[in-house]
Amino acid sequence: MSVASHPSTSLSPGLPRAAAKPRRKRRRDLSGLLYVAPAMVLVLVFFALPLGMTAWMSLHNWPLLGVPRWVGTANYKALWNDRNFWNALGFTARYTAAATLGLLGVGLALALLVEKPRRFAGVYRTAFFLPVVIGFASASLLWAWLSNVDSGLFSPLMERLGLTAGRINILATFEPAFWSVTAMVIWKMAGFYMVILMSGLQSIPADFSEAARIDGTSALQRFRHITLPLVRRPFALALILCVSGSMLAFDQFYIILAGGPQNRTVTAVYWIFSQSFVSFRLGYGAALSMVLLAILLILSLIQLRLLSDREDAR
Amino acid sequence: MTLALPSEARTDRPVARRPAKNRPMRVLFHVTGVLCAALFLAPIAFVVLGSLRSASETVRPPLPPWPEGEPSLASYARLDAFGDGILTYAGNSLFVALGTTVLTILVSVLAGYGFSRHRFPMKGFAFVLILSTIMIPFQSILTPLFLILAKLGLQNTLSGLVLIYTTLQLPFSVFMMRNAFDAVPKEIEEAARIEGVTGLRLLVFVMGPLVLPGIVTVGLFAFLNAWNEFLAALVLLTDQSKFTLPVLMTAVRSGHYGAVDWGAVQAGVTVMMIPCLLLFLILQRFYIRGLTAGAVK
Repeated sequence: MSVASHPSTSLSPGLPRAAAKPRRKRRRDLSGLLYVAPAMVLVLVFFALPLGMTAWMSLHNWPLLGVPRWVGTANYKALWNDRNFWNALGFTARYTAAATLGLLGVGLALALLVEKPRRFAGVYRTAFFLPVVIGFASASLLWAWLSNVDSGLFSPLMERLGLTAGRINILATFEPAFWSVTAMVIWKMAGFYMVILMSGLQSIPADFSEAARIDGTSALQRFRHITLPLVRRPFALALILCVSGSMLAFDQFYIILAGGPQNRTVTAVYWIFSQSFVSFRLGYGAALSMVLLAILLILSLIQLRLLSDREDAR
Repeated sequence: MTLALPSEARTDRPVARRPAKNRPMRVLFHVTGVLCAALFLAPIAFVVLGSLRSASETVRPPLPPWPEGEPSLASYARLDAFGDGILTYAGNSLFVALGTTVLTILVSVLAGYGFSRHRFPMKGFAFVLILSTIMIPFQSILTPLFLILAKLGLQNTLSGLVLIYTTLQLPFSVFMMRNAFDAVPKEIEEAARIEGVTGLRLLVFVMGPLVLPGIVTVGLFAFLNAWNEFLAALVLLTDQSKFTLPVLMTAVRSGHYGAVDWGAVQAGVTVMMIPCLLLFLILQRFYIRGLTAGAVK
């Protein structure tokens, strides 16, 4: 699932306000439950139950067919020694760092470019944003074609521009393949981060910087002391979405590279997928999932902590 | 059509209108804007134009990107020759996307109304439980989802996929709908009650139109996410006739005997992209609202 799938992650869900009114109609209590029931059933059956099952399955040797057998922590011990898993995690971390830097950097640059309501700024924004709404699968297939050595675009283009001597197969060696996929993700998702960051930039009251301008501050000072502190919150949201989304990367590496070259672009989710649904080691896949889940939760908590500290300080 | 942000409707931001001396800056702004826009749009243009090239042209690099001979639909014909035909797969995708949209709207409108206007035991817990699903990636619970669908007799069905996609949409949709209902003044509901309109009729005929923007936002996200989802569809659909477009396209892309028909891939990508682009261009106001709902507050 792409980052865009969870655009709404709110940092403070806002709990329901405490009921202050005296409860006079008991019947309404029940009707409220009825309204919420369908959503609750879906969440319990397709979220809470599978979450519990993942933990349970991770303690079993669980083949696709046949009887699951309790193995205790054997799966976790096995994954501790699973070089492929740690390589996949390492690769995922590397990709996350590259994608996050690229996306937040390009996103911020685009946001600063089109933030002000100038003529045609809206048209540019729409153009930058369009790749966001096409699916990761579509974007990946498109990129696989463009990166292809024979009938693609990038290789002959680089040749004509004199960057390479002759055509090279971008996807055949690790570094060019990695950067091609990362470039695809930046192309596809930068517009998303542009909007998140821009909404932060635009929420700065204009009089703030007007006042500062009158006080004779430089543009750089205004950016450092007014813009930056005020965009921290959307920036933190963008960071969390970007890190958790990249840590879950699968589509682009599966579709464009199929794990190659030399199996060096297998991401964490890809490894879980192949253990669970190609080798059908469901219990082992569940144990891998639990570890990935723990890592993601820890990462999110750290980022949320950083965010809330900043807010308190304000 | 342009991408406007909510705050742009306000007029309290002074539009940069310092004349004359800013001319070079303005030119620079537009040059940068046009160049970047071209860069972002080029891949989309390349694939759409490329899909119209003839078979002999698709084996060559797309320079120039447009068909040099007559535009040809041959790539689409070859895509259609794959498996059960492109209409079947587009139909599967449409079923999943529309099913998810309808079910998501139904469930989240009910839940949003319940959370906004009713008090009931465990309400806080229920709300947090639904929202917390956003913290847990579905990729990590895919294996049990596979088994649960099998137990329900829904393995390898499009309906099973609809149920899962709807669940994935719930945290965003319920949150969105609760906020939409919160924004409706209580007096309107009271007045309707005095008129004798209650229960579901009140929800559909009185509240419904008032929260329509929220419903469109929720439906748009549900459609696009279901239409584009890949991993769950890849895992949960085993029968080729059930494939959604993204899953079909990986089969097309892996090609016959190692030779990839890039023309058919371009045609398939175009078929997958067009509905998303059109929906977004028509409804972008709602998309941006949904996107910024979590960011600014």
